[in-house]
This record gives sequence, C-alpha cells and structure tokens, in this order.
Amino acid sequence: MAFFCNWCTYTAADLAGVSRMKHAPNVRIIRVMCSGRVDPQFVLQAFAKGADGVLIGGCHIGDCHYVEGNYKAVRRVRMLRRVLQGMGIEEDRFRLEWISASEGEKVKLVINDMVEKVRALGPLGLPQRFQEWDEELESLQHTVEASPEEAPVHVG
Amino acid sequence: MSVKPKVAFYWCASCGGCEESVVDLAEGILDLVGMVDIVFWPVAMDFKRHDVEAMPDGSILVSMINGAIRSSEQEEMVRLLRRKSRLVVAYGACAQLGGIPGLGNQFDRDQILRFAYEDCPSVQNTDKVHPQPRSRENGRVVTLPNLHQVVRTLDQVVPVDYYLPGCPPTPQLLNQAMTRLLSGDLPSRGSVLAPDIALCDQCSRKDSKPVDLKFTEFKRPHLSRLDPQQCFLAQGLVCMGPATRGGCEAQCVQGNMPCSGCFGPTSRVRDQGAKILSSLCSNIAATSEPDIDRTLATIPDPVGTFYRYSLANSLLRKRVGPSV
Repeated sequence: MAFFCNWCTYTAADLAGVSRMKHAPNVRIIRVMCSGRVDPQFVLQAFAKGADGVLIGGCHIGDCHYVEGNYKAVRRVRMLRRVLQGMGIEEDRFRLEWISASEGEKVKLVINDMVEKVRALGPLGLPQRFQEWDEELESLQHTVEASPEEAPVHVG
Repeated sequence: MSVKPKVAFYWCASCGGCEESVVDLAEGILDLVGMVDIVFWPVAMDFKRHDVEAMPDGSILVSMINGAIRSSEQEEMVRLLRRKSRLVVAYGACAQLGGIPGLGNQFDRDQILRFAYEDCPSVQNTDKVHPQPRSRENGRVVTLPNLHQVVRTLDQVVPVDYYLPGCPPTPQLLNQAMTRLLSGDLPSRGSVLAPDIALCDQCSRKDSKPVDLKFTEFKRPHLSRLDPQQCFLAQGLVCMGPATRGGCEAQCVQGNMPCSGCFGPTSRVRDQGAKILSSLCSNIAATSEPDIDRTLATIPDPVGTFYRYSLANSLLRKRVGPSV
C-alpha cells in the first residue's frame, strides 16, 4: 500500500507511467494531497486490513507545497517506526521516501526494492492472525449461548 | 415479587476501582437501590452463578460489566450475562478499551506465564510448576480457567449496548447513565455515555495552550517541577488531552498531573494511540532526522504511553510474535 503526495511523488509515478517504466505490480497507490496528510491511523489500518508493507512518498524536504507538511510526516514516521517495532512488525514493511515530480526512475527503484524486501519477509497476514487468535473464543460460544437470538431491547 | 428493574454488576480483568466507583455514589447508592433490584454483584452481595443461570433470558434490565476479558471464566460469565440481560454496558476503560490489562498484549501468553511463575525475582519455584487447567490432588480433580492468548475488550467477546468510559467512571456519569437507562429514553446503541469532545475543551488550563507547540524534549512528570496553572503541553509534558474524550471533570489536571487517556478517543477517532502520536510528534521543533530522533527518545515507551488504556482496542490489537 502506498500513499503518494499529489504534488511530487504521485506526479513522479505518473511520469514513470508515461515513460513506460516497469515496476513490480504489487503496489496499490493512494493519492493524498500531502505526505503530512497521512494519519498514522491510515498506516495501521492498512496493516490491519492485510497490507504486507506500507510506503509513504512525499516531496523532498524544503519542497513541500504546503511548506512544512513533509516535516510533520517525517516526525510522525520516526515515532511510528518505534511503535511498529514494539508491536512486532518488521522495519522493512514501512518506509518513507522523498521523490520529486521529476524522479520517475526513483519511483520504480523504490517500489521494486521494497517489494523485494517484503517478499523476503513473507506475508504479514494480520486479518488471518486476528482470525486465529479468535478461535479460542469459538469453543465457548456454542456451549454457553444456548439461545442464539439476542434478547429484544425495550424498556418499560 | 418486586417489579423494580433488575441490575447486575460484574468484574473481569480489572483492579476493583470500578467497583469502588459504584460505592463512591455514597448516599446516592441508597437512591439507586430504591430504584432497582441488584440481582448480582459478586463484590458486594452474596449471589452465585447458579442464581443468574436460573433467571429467565432477558430478565435483567442492564448488566454493568467492568474489566477486560482475559480468561475462559470471564468469557463464560459475560456470555451468560449477555443472554440474561436486555442491555449490557461496558463499564470503565478496561471493558471499553482493554485498559491496563490490555498492555499484556505486548507479550505472548507463554512469556507472561514464564515470567510470573519462573523468572520474576520474587518467585521461588524450583520445580517450575505452572497452573494447569486440570490437575489431580488427593484423588480429586481441580480445575482452573484457561488464560486466553489475547486480552480483549468486552465488545470483542459479546455485543455491547453502551460504554461508560474512565478509570474509573465518575459517580456523576454513573448516575446520569442509570437515570437515562431507567427512564427508557435510550441513547442510540453503541453510544459512549460521556461528552463527545476532547478533554482540552473542558480543561481549566486551555487558555495557556499555545497555538504553535514546539517540543524540544518530553519531560516526565516525576522528574519535573510542574506549574499548577499552565497547559502541560506548553510545559513539555505528554498530556493525552487532545486525543482523549472529556467528561472526567479533568480530575487529573486538577491534581496537577497530565491526562493519561483513560476516557478513550472521541467518536471521530478509531485508534487513540495513533492519534496522540500524530498530534505530539508533528509538533516537535526538530527538522533533521537525528534531531527528531533525539527529541522522540525522551518518550522511552511509546506503546505504553500512547496506548496506556487502549492497546486491546487498537487497530493492531496485539504484538505479532513474542517480544525480544
């Protein structure tokens, strides 16, 4: 899953496309107005929904269309890396890159490099893990809940 | 036979503070007992599980359940209470978000058991005996509940109608909730029964919160002299106020301690820890990676700080694999 800023990295991905460059097909790009728009919740949600890696692309430091959005991005990312590490998610699954509108080649290189590293780690598969964790609940569900219908909610 | 509505209280993985908060109604508890029949409350009254089993399904108006769900016994009891109750309220931070017990999700169950029964410095257990779900003693079979692999919020186990936030909820919120539920004027299902606005909005120090924060380091409360009037963020402390729901009467702030986040997020936020991380970190002064890392290093335990009460409810829920 990749979040690319509208002004630089997304434009660079467009350039890579019109220049007929080839990169690994595993990436799904979402355009955001700025790398500073990427709420850490987006990254966690992507992992929780099954992404094996998350890439954020923004303008080089000093080039932000909104002056300091990419500073906000890098500050959050530095801390988010530590949170992900604390939750057992490998470093190579999360990456921030500065890619300007003219660096189509860099889009290709970064995506290929990241896909290769994530492939070496194998799937993260959080949705499947959640399901496995919750198997311990199912055994009781059938023994205790004799009547599966929920009691109607009305007070009076 | 009384026709007063029936109410049950139950506790799961919690410290007992939520039970205490019911008692903190003080004389108000007499009004409560006047309005309802308490049919089950293991901490304070002598009813047993078989008494609950004997009740018809749906005959309890509301069950107030506190604590996270950590064992098969807790799971079984909340499923039973769900079946017997028309309404289930997740009472307090542990039931709503996982609370402090939810921090156990940073470790695997085996790691926790090994530490508690072998490696903890105050433990003497040369035979390395661990509790067993079934064991035999003098010809009798002794059983214990299973410890789950994952600490869960109440709504990850049974459907929950309402949430009363807090560690613990205030007597005022409990009173309001009881009055509302008894009146039959029910809020929409799934509501959190507290104001849906960040604590900062209700904080007595909000006027001293600067428009632009520029953290150069994060101070720790026990190592700092705290100004009793100024916004904690302006003093360089981690205060969870911007990412935490109000309604607690800002009691910690009144006591000159920054908010640690027990009321959980507002309805617009899914993951409280990610939101406070976003707010604090984007407001640090440093601009280069090494300087940013130096400032961030002054928060030594990000997961325990940002997810103090909400790890079990977070998007990632639990650590993947054993911790190192």
